[in-house]
Amino acid sequence: MSEQKASEIRTTEEKVVMPHRGGNSLILVVGALIVVVVVIAAIFATGVLSGGTKESVTLTGAGATFPMPLILKWADEYYNSTNHKVKINYGGGGSGAGITQIKDKHVEFAGSDAPLSATDSSTYGLLHIPETLGPIVVAYNEPSVVNLKLDGPTLAKIFMKNITAWNDAAISALNPGVTLPTDQITVVVRSDSSGTTFAFSGYLAAISTEFQTLYGQGKSVSWKEAIGASGNPGVAQTVLTTSHSIGYIELSYAKKNNIQFALLKNHDGNFITASSETASAAAAAGSASLPAGNGDWSHVSILDAPGATSYPITTFTYILVYKELYNDQSKMNKTAAKALVDFVWWAVHDQGQSFSSGLYYAPLPASVVSLNEATLNSITYNGVALR
Amino acid sequence: MRAPRSRLTFSGRSSGADRLFEYGVLAIALSTLVLVWGLVLQMAIDAQPSFDRFGPGFIIGTQWNPNTEIFGALPFIFGTLLTSGLAILIGVPLSIGIAVYLSELAPPWVREPLSFVVELLAAVPSVIYGLWAMYALRPFIAHSVEPFFMSFLGWTPLFQGNAVGLDKFTAGVILAIMIIPTVASVSKETMRAVPDSQREAALSLGATRYETTRIAVLSYARSGIFGACILGLGRALGETMAVTMTIGNANKISWSLLDPGQTMSSLIANDWGEAQGIQLSALIEIGLVLFIVALVVNLFARLMVGRIMKAVPTTGGGL
Repeated sequence: MSEQKASEIRTTEEKVVMPHRGGNSLILVVGALIVVVVVIAAIFATGVLSGGTKESVTLTGAGATFPMPLILKWADEYYNSTNHKVKINYGGGGSGAGITQIKDKHVEFAGSDAPLSATDSSTYGLLHIPETLGPIVVAYNEPSVVNLKLDGPTLAKIFMKNITAWNDAAISALNPGVTLPTDQITVVVRSDSSGTTFAFSGYLAAISTEFQTLYGQGKSVSWKEAIGASGNPGVAQTVLTTSHSIGYIELSYAKKNNIQFALLKNHDGNFITASSETASAAAAAGSASLPAGNGDWSHVSILDAPGATSYPITTFTYILVYKELYNDQSKMNKTAAKALVDFVWWAVHDQGQSFSSGLYYAPLPASVVSLNEATLNSITYNGVALR
Repeated sequence: MRAPRSRLTFSGRSSGADRLFEYGVLAIALSTLVLVWGLVLQMAIDAQPSFDRFGPGFIIGTQWNPNTEIFGALPFIFGTLLTSGLAILIGVPLSIGIAVYLSELAPPWVREPLSFVVELLAAVPSVIYGLWAMYALRPFIAHSVEPFFMSFLGWTPLFQGNAVGLDKFTAGVILAIMIIPTVASVSKETMRAVPDSQREAALSLGATRYETTRIAVLSYARSGIFGACILGLGRALGETMAVTMTIGNANKISWSLLDPGQTMSSLIANDWGEAQGIQLSALIEIGLVLFIVALVVNLFARLMVGRIMKAVPTTGGGL
């Protein structure tokens, strides 16, 4: 009996407590719903706001990280030189991501280190505009060896693991008078797929038929025995901290991190160090027969270019834009289309190119600039040329 | 007499607010189900081209070559299981040691701040662990730990090669360090939940402190500790950033812990940016495989918990 009473009392108590509790929970639920609504609203709002106001134009690009420092510099300078009228956002993310996003028309331009396949450029109507070029260096961590000299076949053998020790006969032959250590070589490569790997493996494949058959050119290569690190900074850091290692990075990263890099034997048989000048020389010699902007660029290469001072591992990097900028998906207006063409025009000419050497890229040769002029003049908005 | 729980049911006298609350939380709970199914479905759809091309052979394929467009998942399944296994092997004994000390031996003025620090470690972002592993842990492992193991285990296939420190060993060690806070703090909680009557019973039978801990606490909290290990394993299987930064990222199978390797999640992190077409599809299939591997490992672990529970029936405190 007494127990039953107790439970009755509890029930009474509960009657008093419950509404209060229910009220609290309700507040929680409503609060949670408000949070969800606010988050969704915020997502939509940012999407709408990125359209920008009427006077100023925002252009969005994404893709290769190789030219990213230069493009960001351009964006800055161009923003100032247009009195804050044209804002350029470049998101990086890798060449592949850039290509995917421009195909989906999520961005107005894309950066890519590797050219599109012939079918892709014709199917989508995308134009190639080489906007800068740069050398890729063979960085190494062997402090006792200054100015290491290498040639293509030896380099291929090192990366194929046919040469495993620093004092291998092939390396000694290229470096007479230099005492090479007996240590094993640790090969460092890019783990993410990248335009840098595309150019480097392209060079090795051009030099060595064995490399061509076993590995081939690609944005990522299934290396035999190598430590993979992500991005140019990752490879630079790994080479810097791993004794007896060798890896490939863009010149700017070697300079920034103060890593020594090898002199490479070029097509003409001279040992050349990487610099803006030697890269420009390679571009001038290698770009004699480039296709038109709307042509097939998939086989374009300035690797192993002839010329006494050409640095052998030099590569273009491209801006990809649509030939016809009017379309239903991206809703780009004519002002934005004009701004895009004007920006790229500015970037590939002297104003833009003057920033390249300081960032360890090389200025475009005159022949490439005039090719880009023709390409940019061919861009239309709803059938009307923009320049 | 009414059962005590019956007063918690909403039998006809619940208010509108109660009902709204009930449906509200039901919707939120169901949304997780929808999310999981949506995730699996989307991955399955996007992985279709890869599945059509490679079929079930994808699981045992040992090549990952974007140039020839041949993709197989085995090196990454191998890398994931090996590094996670190593993490459990190193991490679990240490975690249980921490938990036993905090729960059974530490005086309150040590226990409180120490528990707080352990829980704080669980909240450190993985990229921080990754950076620390790259800059601080790796040189130590490469110069001291690996040469030490090589000196007496160099004859086994597990310790072949050079001590560079960017390899499966370092990845396993950093994973172990990352799962310790989770496993230790959850284990500690389950041990704290063991009723004192258990300890008193063991002590009254003349058991030493070690025996009391082993018989009364550890066996009582066993299923909870196992649950903690599963949580840790879950984190190890899916961990991306710290592994990518330490494992050396080589797409091949090698038994040596001193060789670089690749896990499923680190492969996705590495290849995603530039992947297109069939490679993208294959990466998504890797994601699906990771999901399934995590599921299988969890089910297997739960099955083992069930077995252990059956073998020695106790009313252990579960999670």
